[in-house]
Amino acid sequence: MTFLIQQTVTYALPLMIVALAGVFSERSGTINLALEGIMIIGAYIGVLFVRGMEGTVWIRLALAEQSYLSFQLLEIAAMLVAACAGAVFSLLLTLAAIRFKSDQTITGTALNLIAPAFTVFGILLLTNQTTLTLQNIDTSAMFILKKSTWGLDRSADMGWLGNLLFNKTYLATYISLILYAVLAILLYKTKFGLRLRACGENPEAADSLGVNVNKMRLAGITISGAVAGMGGFIYALTTAGCTANGDVAGFGFLAMAVMIFGNWNPGTIVWASLIFGFFKCIAACYFTLDLNGDSVYALANLGISANIYRMLPFVVTLIVLAFTSKKSRAPKAAGKPFEYMSDV
Amino acid sequence: MNKNRNRFLYSTVPSLIAILAGLVFGAILMLIVCLMDKNITLGGFWDGARLLIIGFLSKGRDELGNLMFGYNGTHLGNMLFKATPLIMTGLSVAAAFKAGLFNIGAPGQYLMGLTASIVIALAIPSASVPAGLILVLALLGGMVAGAVWGMIPGALKAYLNVNEVITCILTNWIAANLSTLIFEGSAFINNTEPGKSGFLYKTAANGVELPKALLDKVFPGSQVNSGIIIAVILAVIMYFVISKSICGFEMRLCGSNREAARYCGINENANIIMSMAIAGALAGIGAALYTLSGNTEFAWSTYQKLPQVGFNGIPVALLGCLNPIGVIFTGMFMSALEINGQQIANLTAYNEYITSIIIGVIVYLSAFTKYIRGVMMHRRKKGGTKK
Repeated sequence: MTFLIQQTVTYALPLMIVALAGVFSERSGTINLALEGIMIIGAYIGVLFVRGMEGTVWIRLALAEQSYLSFQLLEIAAMLVAACAGAVFSLLLTLAAIRFKSDQTITGTALNLIAPAFTVFGILLLTNQTTLTLQNIDTSAMFILKKSTWGLDRSADMGWLGNLLFNKTYLATYISLILYAVLAILLYKTKFGLRLRACGENPEAADSLGVNVNKMRLAGITISGAVAGMGGFIYALTTAGCTANGDVAGFGFLAMAVMIFGNWNPGTIVWASLIFGFFKCIAACYFTLDLNGDSVYALANLGISANIYRMLPFVVTLIVLAFTSKKSRAPKAAGKPFEYMSDV
Repeated sequence: MNKNRNRFLYSTVPSLIAILAGLVFGAILMLIVCLMDKNITLGGFWDGARLLIIGFLSKGRDELGNLMFGYNGTHLGNMLFKATPLIMTGLSVAAAFKAGLFNIGAPGQYLMGLTASIVIALAIPSASVPAGLILVLALLGGMVAGAVWGMIPGALKAYLNVNEVITCILTNWIAANLSTLIFEGSAFINNTEPGKSGFLYKTAANGVELPKALLDKVFPGSQVNSGIIIAVILAVIMYFVISKSICGFEMRLCGSNREAARYCGINENANIIMSMAIAGALAGIGAALYTLSGNTEFAWSTYQKLPQVGFNGIPVALLGCLNPIGVIFTGMFMSALEINGQQIANLTAYNEYITSIIIGVIVYLSAFTKYIRGVMMHRRKKGGTKK
């Protein structure tokens, strides 16, 4: 059970946070189809940063001393670096969509083409392989919170809740949960958030009240890029063992699906991503899933092909979308470049 | 006449500028890498830059290690062969775009077309049914499978107003798993060669392959076959369907102004579904043409990876200005770039992903077409007043 919850959260979290990144962009009036590309760049730069830091004296010493604190700090630093990379990469979207009023779908597609190509190009030049791995296999294990992190013995009992929250989890999970809440409050309870949303609903009205629409949209896209970049690194850290290969298994696109499925609303997105993460988790580990601890793998014994399980998250999302879409409502001005009255 | 020429200029010049700028960007990137990497000399950069533009004319290196260029039938033939599915997926994306729909589902439609045509081509024994008939059936099967897969997002969009981008993405992954499910443990897996069970039989094993149509004489040593001719004919047909037929007019009207289309009495929902079905059918035919060459091996365990050729249909369509005739040329251009990339990887210290970056940059710049067109018109107007 503990395993099931932890794995579900592992899959749901990158989706949730990247979907929120999408919300920031779309609520400010720009369709960000480049979420996938931004995630790829974030994962790449984050892993590259960790790999670079591995060579430093500080990390070498920390590894020798098994200093978990240093590694948690490194994890936070890598998340920040990935966020910066995502923000910088998203400036390309801002440049095209806001300055040159390009078709946002095309620009997003272009960025999705550039990001993996650039990533694999760089990785191949650096390592002669297509996957960027860490130099030391122990480093990625040091990022995981486990019993020894808290100075406990292997046989120590942490209790059900302690086990659930602090054994075999990542600090990144908790940081992004806090960030999620902060960003949701920023979007709904502050003046900045109100103005940002106004630019996505009725930019002319916002403009007439003295809001600089294009600046707001720049802010929306940049926040979106930073959060998606961070989400990309979290994906690489928690599900790919801190490696990057120019691919995030379509999580950026799936995050867009979760965003629409969650009706552009941070509260609903949590549920949407958890449902998706749950089915994704079942698909990934149904054959070792032991719900009540009696060593009977109920799902594996059903004899259903793994492909059916892998299909489930997508099929379920499709069905739920079909039933809920009548009520869903996209930000009105999303995708439309803003023209000042003086320009027209 | 003059008006037509202007329209032609306004649509092609921005694309050409984007292509040129993309290639220049690629060369600059290669130069930067060369200056930063000690293993790559300036000579290596010069070789790479030349291969980037005319790699498909490369004939390898001579004894002194210098690059040789000249007519290379293998590369040119393979360029045409690889252009075949690209043109088809490009047409698929372009047709949907004309109807105002973004078909990012081409990979899934392609995969379903591929699956259907392989199953038909291998399951019907050529001993009892003539191979030619199986070939036609496999082509039609690929087309129908693609069309059905395209209709799913179309129907959801039309009747339930679900965003087609999302449903296309979801159906892509469903197709990837469905295809693996169909082939897993099936009799189509090629177990004859030890250690190579990841691939299916070639359709030629059942005697089903597209005729070469003398193209193998012109391009010796390549995989080219009549598929490219079929693709070009279909592109021309699509040109007439989109720009000259009533059905194409309705599609375009729905694409440019849905409310106006409804006001004119056009059945908007039927139109959306039909457009997506056409798009899916085109992608499915592309897959069938590729796999029925008889010589291609399909790695059946595809659930983790969507076919790149489906996604590449998007840049092909966009660079071709969504014009079916333009798509023929951009499809060939993209496959030439792919060949160039392989040559770069084989003959220099760079890797083939440089061409993928360039394609991305070109598409990025092609999104500026509206701006460039605006600048062009502005200049022309200014010139007019001076006279």
